[in-house]
Amino acid sequence: MEVHRHLDEELDALRDNVLRLGGEAEAALKRAMRALIERDGNAAREVLEHDDAIDELEIEVDRQCIDIFVLRQPAARDLRFVMSVAKMAPVLERIADHACNIARAVFDLNNEPELKNHVRLREMGEIDSSMLAQALDAFTKNDANAAREVIKRDAEINDLYNQIFQDLIEMMTKEPATATRDARLLFVAKHLERIGDYVTDICELTVYMAEAAIIKHRH
Amino acid sequence: MSTPRQIIAPKFEVTRRSALPPRETKIAVEELNFYYGRTQALHKITLNIPERMVMAFIGPSGCGKTTFLRTLNRMNDVIPGTRVEGMIAMDGQDIYAPGADVVELRRKVGMVFQKSNPFPKSIFDNVAYGLRINQLTSSKSELEDRVATALQDAALWSEVKDRLKSSALGLSGGQQQRLCIARALAIRPEVILMDEPASALDPIATSKIEELIVDLKKQYTIVIVTHNMQQAARVSDLTAFFLLGKLIEVNATELMFTAPDEKLTEDYITGRFG
Repeated sequence: MEVHRHLDEELDALRDNVLRLGGEAEAALKRAMRALIERDGNAAREVLEHDDAIDELEIEVDRQCIDIFVLRQPAARDLRFVMSVAKMAPVLERIADHACNIARAVFDLNNEPELKNHVRLREMGEIDSSMLAQALDAFTKNDANAAREVIKRDAEINDLYNQIFQDLIEMMTKEPATATRDARLLFVAKHLERIGDYVTDICELTVYMAEAAIIKHRH
Repeated sequence: MSTPRQIIAPKFEVTRRSALPPRETKIAVEELNFYYGRTQALHKITLNIPERMVMAFIGPSGCGKTTFLRTLNRMNDVIPGTRVEGMIAMDGQDIYAPGADVVELRRKVGMVFQKSNPFPKSIFDNVAYGLRINQLTSSKSELEDRVATALQDAALWSEVKDRLKSSALGLSGGQQQRLCIARALAIRPEVILMDEPASALDPIATSKIEELIVDLKKQYTIVIVTHNMQQAARVSDLTAFFLLGKLIEVNATELMFTAPDEKLTEDYITGRFG
């Protein structure tokens, strides 16, 4: 039983690290959105400065997964867990990368006239944050049904993106002077839309982990 | 006005993979009980073994997997005080029916044991042994052809073709085990039972046996008992898990090792048993 106690300890350590990575991605997204809404260059800088630590954590999770695969040869639920974590870590890191891209946009946007009405972008960011928190919660609880509920919410993000896209294109047409700013905001919206997709990926991996059901590319 | 590609909401479709080709049943087991005296070793085993596939039996020591394997060619008959209930049919014929020909059964159902057991004879004579006592060849050249074919099929020919008259006992452990497989193949069985055939071998010899098993399933139905779960995962199409004389689960191997149906199976293969 000694060997399996060690495996359990390694799986717990892996779980801790991927949840830390999830927490870091969540924090990066929230901070980037605050920087955007409040035109806060310092907050944007913090997001960028912290990204290396997130990259390091992703590599650490990778290393743990490889070690467990090679040394423990996990099967069944252990295999599905390690497999899901191995695929989840780069997704979380990419969410943090999108947060960085939003933070970079803040520096440029701060040189442009302020867009007073950020409502929909703020809403997108809030939904992304809430989806990510729920996705990590579903993963922690091994709860496939909760993960499926989160996936449904990606439709809200997609709808908002489509609306924002229309609005910004309309603004660009009416006020060409603001086109640079609006184009940058369009990219921000796209980053937020992609984050919704990545949260969906995390939920799909949770469904696989919990039920061995592969649902990706099925919606 | 341009619009982005409309991003559509998800709909769900759950898939689970199991892509085994369809096969006829070679051996059908129904409600099999087996007793050593008053001790019941197997309880109501019902299982279909498909032709030209590899089925692995896994389970802890004493779970009955070897006992069950040995019921498939009536090897337990030689143990005094044993008793069988239920039915095992091969190609639809009950192998325990009164008057069933046990010698013919064992010709059709070959066996390879944990410890290689070559006879203290030459390599050639070991493989020729079954052919000679069963008088399965009519000429010397036919005998030589059958021996050569069996050694080729057992992936041993290139290593021994120049020393067929040498003692089999001079071969390495892995070669001896492949010689025993050649000896089983020489009489052209339909089913090969293997009882932990690689447990005493080093990784390279084990790998050769495993490759051989995968090659042989094109022609033969193979049942293998193994304690090595990675080996079961590597070589088998189907895996059956036994516990305390009961068949707990039989499933496609890839499902067994990624998502077994039974919690007992899951606990065993993840090492959290007991």
